[in-house]
Order: sequence, then C-alpha cells, then structure tokens
Amino acid sequence: MMNETRKAGADKPALIVGVLLLIAAALVGYDASQQTITSNYGVGPTAVPYVVTAGLVILGLSHFVVAFREGLPVPEQADNNALLWIAGGLTFLVAWIAVGGGFTIAIAAIFACTARGMGRRAFLVDAAIGFALGLIIYLVFAKVLTLILPSGPLERLFL
Amino acid sequence: MDTLLSLLHGFTVAAEPSKLLFCLIGVFLGTAVGVLPGIGPALTVALLLPITFKLDPAGSLIMFAGIYYGGMYGGSTTAILLNAPGESASLATALEGSKMAKAGRGGPALATSAIGSFVAGLIATIGLAFLAPWLVEVAVKFGPWDYFALMIVAFVTVSATFGDSPLRGLTSLFLGITLGLVGIDKLTGQARLTFGVPELLNGVEVTTLAVGLFAVGEAFYVASKRFRDPEEIIPIKGSLWMTKQDWKRSWAPWLRGTAFGFPIGALPAGGAEVPTFLSYSTEKKLCKYPDEFGKGAIEGVAGPEAANNASAAGTLVPLLTLGLPTSATAAIMLAGFQQYGLNPGPLLFAEKPDLVWGLIASLFIANVMLVILNLPLIGLWVRLLAVPQPWLYAGILVFSTMGTLAVNGSPVELAQLFAFGFVGYLMRRYDYPVAPMVVGLILGPMAEQQLRRALQISLGDPMILLENPGSATLLGIAFIALVAPFVMKGLNRFKASED
Repeated sequence: MMNETRKAGADKPALIVGVLLLIAAALVGYDASQQTITSNYGVGPTAVPYVVTAGLVILGLSHFVVAFREGLPVPEQADNNALLWIAGGLTFLVAWIAVGGGFTIAIAAIFACTARGMGRRAFLVDAAIGFALGLIIYLVFAKVLTLILPSGPLERLFL
Repeated sequence: MDTLLSLLHGFTVAAEPSKLLFCLIGVFLGTAVGVLPGIGPALTVALLLPITFKLDPAGSLIMFAGIYYGGMYGGSTTAILLNAPGESASLATALEGSKMAKAGRGGPALATSAIGSFVAGLIATIGLAFLAPWLVEVAVKFGPWDYFALMIVAFVTVSATFGDSPLRGLTSLFLGITLGLVGIDKLTGQARLTFGVPELLNGVEVTTLAVGLFAVGEAFYVASKRFRDPEEIIPIKGSLWMTKQDWKRSWAPWLRGTAFGFPIGALPAGGAEVPTFLSYSTEKKLCKYPDEFGKGAIEGVAGPEAANNASAAGTLVPLLTLGLPTSATAAIMLAGFQQYGLNPGPLLFAEKPDLVWGLIASLFIANVMLVILNLPLIGLWVRLLAVPQPWLYAGILVFSTMGTLAVNGSPVELAQLFAFGFVGYLMRRYDYPVAPMVVGLILGPMAEQQLRRALQISLGDPMILLENPGSATLLGIAFIALVAPFVMKGLNRFKASED
C-alpha cells in the first residue's frame, strides 16, 4: 500500500495537464455556443464540439484523480541548455521569415543552433554548413521543383 | 481470378522504370531511417509529404510504401547491433538479437531477420492482394453509420494500444480531434475555433502536426537527454550466413510470426508491438532449446521480425480498403493520399485501379529489393550509425522547416510547427503517445462528417447507430475495447492488494 500514496500532495504535472484540458474544453464549448447557424434536422456544426468539450472535461478531471494517485511518469532531468538553443533557433527562424529575411539565413541559423544544442562546439562551421545547405535547397526548389521558398535580398540575387 | 488479373496489371504499372526508381528510393531511404535510432518511417514520410506533392501520385505512394517496408527491415539492424530499437515494433527483436550479436552471431541474426522479413512480407502482401478486393465488396455496402462506428473503433484501439496508459492515449486522441475542429465546417461553412486568425480557416495541416510532433518533438527530446551513455555498436563477427541448423530453427518461427502479424495488423486494432511480443513469447514456449532464450536464441529474432513485417503489410489492408489508418505510418500515408485528392476506400479500387494495384504490386518488388539491399550492404548501413547526432538532428529540423515552408510559407504555419514540436516534446517527456493525436486530426473530421450524414438520413434520430447490426456490433467492440483496460487494471489492483 505504501507505493500508492505519493510523497507529498498532488503530482504537479498531472494537475497542470488537467487544468489545460479544462481550459481547452472551455474554449471549445464557448466557441460552439457562439455559433449562429444550426441545422434544422440532423446535427449542426455545434454537436461534435460539445461532445469534444464533454470528453475534454472528463479527461481533465481524470488527470486530477491521477494527480492524487500515481501521478504522471517522472521524467529524467532535462538538459535545459540544449532545449533553449533549439527553441532559440526556431524562434529566430519564425521571426526572420516573418520579416521577409529569406530562407538561406534562416536555415543556417536553425542548423547551427540545433547542432550547438546537441553538443557540438563549432558554431561558425555549422553555420557555414547550414548556409550552404539552405542555398542548395533553395536553388533546387526554385529551379527543379519551380517552387519559390521565402526569399530575402540574398535569394533574389540568384533568381 | 479477377484478383490475379488485377495484380498482373499492377505489375505492369509497377515495373515502369520511373516507378521502379521511386520504389528503390523508397526502400533505400526506408532502410536508412530504420537503421538510424529515433527516426522512424512515420517521421520520414511526414518529412517527404510536402516535397512530393508536385510529383506523380502513384510514384510517391509507391515510395512511401517502400519507406514503410524499408523502415521495418532497417529497424532490426539497429535493434540487433545497438540494442537500441529504432521503433517500438523492433523491441522484441532487440531482446534476443543483441544477445546473439554479443555472442558473435550478429551475422546470422541479421540474416534471419532479413530473410524472415522477406518471407513474411511476401506472404502478407499476397494476403493483402487477396483480402483487399473481398473487403472492398463488403465496404461498398457500408452506410455512413458503419463508417462512423468503424472510426470510433479505430479511435479507441489506437489510443488504447499506443503507449502504456489508456488515459494518456485518449488525451492525445482528443487533442487531435480538437485540432480537427479548427477551420471552416464543411457542411455549413461556419468557422470554428479560428479566433479571427484567417490562416486558421483552412484548418490545421496534418503534415504540420505530424512533422511537428514526430520530427521537431523528437529533436527536442533527444537534445534534452543527451547526457545518456553513448550507445555502442557491436561489431559483426564471423560469417553473415546462416548455418543449416539456423535455417532449420528459423523457418517455422517465420511462418508463425507471419500468422500473428498479418491478421493483427489488418484489424483496426493495429500496432506492430502486440504481434511481435506474441510471437516472441510463443517462440519461447515452443523452442526446443528453452535455455538459450535470454542468451541469444535465433527463434526469438526470426519470429518477431517476421511478425513485424507482416503487420506492416496488414495495416495496409484497412488503409487501402476503408481509408482507416491503424498505425502512425499508415496515418501519415493517408495524409499522403489526401494531398493528391485521393481518398482510400472502396471507391479508389474502382476509380484508380492502376494506382491501387500498382501500389500493391510494388510491395512485392520492394520486398525483393530490400532483401537484396540488406544482406550484402549491411556494412554500409552499419556505417550510417556513425553520423554525428548533432548534424543528424540539425538536418531533420532543416528538412522540417523546408517542408512546411514549401507547402505554406506563412510564419503562422511555422509558428504552429514550432508549437506542435514543443507539445510533442512534452508528450514524449511525460509518456503520452503522439500517434493518436495525428489519427485524431485525420479521422476526427471524417468521423464527424459520417455521423452527421447518418443523422441526416435518420432525421436526427441517433438510434440509427444502434439499429444497424453492422454499426451496433462495431460500437459494441469499441465500448469493450475502451472499458477493458480500466476493468483489467481494477482487477490487477484487486489481485495486488490480496497478496
């Protein structure tokens, strides 16, 4: 019986998942309640969202139950530094594309940041590899697949 | 007879040089990603979807199928030589396979898994060719209620078989269904859950979700735990060839493994883990040398590996005949069909026989190519394991962003990819299976459509679902599959407290 009682109080991750599921349920339910068109016969566009809402509520509450019982599996210590490097690279990528910066430099950044996050210590070399890779991909897409990836000033030189 | 004719016709399609090339690329890529730990066929097909949407549909689908089969072959190499199964389906192979490799019998282990995969793949593909037309005839008579019930079965079994906890599987599934609601409702034109963001009107792209969860999520996950001990490759010693004794001990497990793998793969219950472990425990019981089990018994490699490949062919049965994906790779392949405007199901057999039978015929060719590629080239595949991990995952992220940008160059799409990637990481970290989420996104809208169609026919009476024997039976099965794990758990607890 000792194994079933947790060390102290509730399992935090399970509680958080439960709360998030209830928030999702509230969003889906609210959105469905705002719909104006409903069907005369059969079921309209709101029926399934309400079912999903109910499902999410049940799952959310079940997570609360789990939180006070066995909890979620306890993960091993994560290397937050690595995660930050990759997340940073991806954030830069989204922002760079959003301001119209072009594909090649975005790829160089994501390649170098990921490799750095995974433990390589040659940022500039990796950036150069990523740059070459990005340029090759851009040109192959543009010339072979006739598909223009996001272009910045640099890419326009090659078109 | 009809089947044979169709199949022969399929071979004429599949034997075209361009199709053969696609097939070769597919099996080559598939083996490569199967060998690399952490990268499975689902991820690879997801990454390739955006690049292939301008190519010939038949060729691309043949390539995807080749990747699927190849991934199953390649996975065994990693399982045997690294004791690190590339995907969950080769967990059982790793048990005995790595022991054989440590005992200097890596060669025969690889050989029995390659030849076993070949035998199983061949038999199961024949099964697919003959079962599919028959199922199509049954499926033609399906009403919307039957389809709805079938999808509910798939929902339940997919979330219950993937992962350890039905609660976490169902959570993943419901997140996917919720994402499936986003966008314009097809029947009334109402926008749902878009919150005024115009980019969301078209809904969430399956490829964005799949690449985010599988590729970006995996990269985050591997990066987060890179402090683990590095895995060691066990060098292959001795002959690659199986002795007479090995052959004698392998052929029956191959056949038994196939007999487990194909039917279980073909059921909407899906998943390759179940048949591989069933095969493993059966071989353990039947083996004439039971004391060898745990120290490297060849039966323990031959059986599960055959089961693994047979189930891969089995999952293509519901996928092609009903449009029902029962494994992660099948789910992504369904997205592949959809990107060409093709809907797998009985109609596809009638409308595009060239494509369907060409695809089935190409599976035979893929199998032959794979056994040729795998045995002599094993050294090459092993060397692939030496690619530095940082570059490997950096490359995966480059491919992911490239694919997303190629389909839809908006920053909103990229932000979704990133967000799904992080969700995928958290799900892996807390042991939530990601495949049900993809299945939910694909099947959710389809199930809703079928349900609403059924209820329109019945003028809103939900009893139509229970009045039809087909749908009533299926819903009954779904209910049992949903409740069984919880009841069993309750029973186990009861037993435990009695001790």
